[in-house]
Order: sequence, then structure tokens, then C-alpha cells
Amino acid sequence: MSPVSRGFHGRHRARGVDPGRVPPGQYVTTDFPVLSAGPTPRTPLESWTFSIRQAGETAKSWSWQQIRELPSEAVTADIHCVTKWTKLDTSWQAVSLDVLLGQVQHQARYVRAFCDGGYTANLPLADVTGGRAWLAYGYDGAPLQPEHGGPARLLVPHLYFWKSAKWVRGLELLAADEPGFWERYGYHNYGDPWREQRYSGD
Amino acid sequence: MAGTAVLGRLTWQVAGVTAVRPETPSVRTIELVVPGWAGHQAGQHLDIRLTADDGYVAERSYSIASAPGEPVALTVERLEDGEVSPYLTEELRVGDEIEIRGPIGGYFVWDGADAATPVLLVAGGSGVVPFRSMLRHRARIGSTAPVRLLYSARSLPDVIYQAELERPGGGAEVIYTLTRQQPEGWAGHSGRVDAALLGAVAWPAERLPLAYVCGPTAFVEIVSAALVSLGYPAERVKTERYGGAGAG
Repeated sequence: MSPVSRGFHGRHRARGVDPGRVPPGQYVTTDFPVLSAGPTPRTPLESWTFSIRQAGETAKSWSWQQIRELPSEAVTADIHCVTKWTKLDTSWQAVSLDVLLGQVQHQARYVRAFCDGGYTANLPLADVTGGRAWLAYGYDGAPLQPEHGGPARLLVPHLYFWKSAKWVRGLELLAADEPGFWERYGYHNYGDPWREQRYSGD
Repeated sequence: MAGTAVLGRLTWQVAGVTAVRPETPSVRTIELVVPGWAGHQAGQHLDIRLTADDGYVAERSYSIASAPGEPVALTVERLEDGEVSPYLTEELRVGDEIEIRGPIGGYFVWDGADAATPVLLVAGGSGVVPFRSMLRHRARIGSTAPVRLLYSARSLPDVIYQAELERPGGGAEVIYTLTRQQPEGWAGHSGRVDAALLGAVAWPAERLPLAYVCGPTAFVEIVSAALVSLGYPAERVKTERYGGAGAG
């Protein structure tokens, strides 16, 4: 039981937000804050590719143009950052990872996203298939801006948003789980916001 | 070594407020006593949790302002439409208790062990908080690593830790730029941090420096891109950003 903080009342009720949409410890913002460990990478679209790697080799690779020619979806999702903000009803243009992973034969159980800037994020395959994860290149009716992960980032809205790796360049198919960048610095390996899995051990 | 930043489970602990000190009209430092605090590294942050009498809770993350080995201190800026920061900067007083857990984050840290690598710290506004921890840590351990802080503030009265930064100890350098208002006869820099200013004050890339940048997102974007353009490898530029209005 947490001690009451003398004189603290909060102001959540004034906002008219459905509390059932806000995971524990989160607050709703209308901004789009940014979390990243280093400078924003800028890869020209002409040299940009998205690859699926397996056993150290590239199993499939798409150019920017080829990705844009794949069927895409308009996705509306609530997103939850481990730094405590939640943003409701964000709208994205994105290709389902089912479409991409469906073009590669594999028996992987995990994936690790790799990104410009050296950032990585690990996810169970079950969390990036079945219509729950996307490669997103549009946000709010416009191209995804570099500071928010453009030209393309993962969108895995049911997990804390660091799993939605920015500047993503591909997925590595893995038989065994391997922690990614933030996961090696003490953040939770899985990151379910509804179970408040922020840090290792939560 | 990566992976050592958080060992085991981080549990919520009750911390007692032992001191509150105004830094500027909108910024306050809060000192805490945390029984059993396992220690922290310079640059880490912690989570705080406030509970209203109806059970409603609010959590936020704040950088730790004190050096490793010192009592835990936070420096908090009041955000106009914030929910937690007005409480911490206006309501909280000595003797109150808040819940905390941490320390958190193992990337945006400096341990001071490498005396040969020049360190550039670039702060925008309250982004100076983790650098206070680093500067105090440097002084406490007697590090001779060349450290230079470039601190961008709106005006001189907005400078946090002003007295302390006048004498940072151990030969660390503090360079200001004031973006909106400069006092009469101001001899320091004026205007926002850009590639020209960084070109003048940042360690040359040939010295293989390490850079830390902390501030609002737009500030961090500009500064980190400018450092890359000056030849800093991207992996030698560590960033920490905080959101704008509504984030606190």
C-alpha cells in the first residue's frame, strides 16, 4: 500500500480520458515526445533497404520503392512510452510485418530489429505476427519524420514504445532470444505496459 | 559493461524529503533520504510515484542531480500544465515522503574512470541536471578528465546551479549561452547553440571526445546533428531528451 502524498490530488479526472485506456503509471499527453540514445541518423532513401536476415545471411531485402509498393494499412493505435507518456489514437500508414515475414521460410521464435545508429530491439515472433506489428512510414497523414524514426520504424503498440524500434533497417530471425539495446541497459526484456514491465525484474 | 545498470528487481522505496532549495523561480532541488539506497552512477535517473488520497497515482522520471555517494537529490522544473512538477516544486516540503525507485538507465552515464578522453556536456535548460551529477562526481573523485559544459539558458536568472557552476572544481569549464535575454555587459555567448558555436567551443573531433547532450527534443536534435557534422562519430554522442509542455 503506497503512502498518500500529502497535498497531491492529481488532475487526471479533468481530462475526460477513459482510464481503461491508460496503463498503470502512465499519463496521457497530446505531444509526441522523443526518446533516443544518440543523434538522429539520416539514410538517403536511395540507399535505404529493409532486410530479413537469418543465420547470418540476408534472406530477403526490399528497396524503399519496393516497400512502398507493398499493401499498406491505416493503423490507429494507443502508444505507451516507458518514460511514462501515453498517446491515444495515433494514426499511422504501415505495412504489416505479416506481409514481410510471410515472404521468408523460417522456424524462428524471436526476432531482433536492427536499425541505423546501431540500435536493436528484441521481440518474440508471436508479438510481431498475427496483425499486431507493422513497419510504419507514415504518421498523421505525412511521411514519418526522422526524429520519430523516419523514414520507417517498427510499430508494436501493445508493448512499450521502445520496442517499436526507430530507423529500423530489418529483422534478424532467431531461434533463441537475445536482448537488444535498451534491454541490455536494464529495461524489461518483454515490456508489457499493462503489467508495467518497465525495468528488468518487473 | 552493459547489463549491469539494473541488478535484480527495482522496488519502490519510501524517501523522506530532507531539504528543498529554490534554484530559479521555477526550479527547485529536493534532497532525499533513502534508507538502503544502493547507489547510483552520474547521469542516471529515477522514477517517483505520488498517491492521492483517493488512490490515484502518478509516476514520472527525473534525472538524479547529486553525485554518486551523495544523498539522492532531484532538481525539478515546474511545467505550466504539468501534473507532478507543480506539486514537487510548490507543495512538497521537508518531512514529506514520496515513493521512488531506481537508479535507472545505464547508457547516459559517466564514471570518470577514463582521464584521457575529453568530455563535452551540452545542456539546454533543465537538461543541466544530470551534468551537475557528473561535475560533482568528477570533483569528488579527483578526476583530471578534461570536461567542458556548454549550457544554454533563456537568461541569467534561468541558470540552474549558478553559484556552483561558477566554481565547478578541478578545472572543469562552464560556458554559457543566453538565448533570450542577456544582462548588460554580458561577455558570454548569445543565441541558440548551433554548429558555429559548437565549432568554437566543442573539443575538436581529433581528440576523440565523448559528448553528452541533454535538453528538449528540438535542442538535442540540433546539437547532436551539429556534433556529427563536426566529425563526432554518432556513437560518441549520447543523448537524453525530455518532452515539452505536458510532460511533467
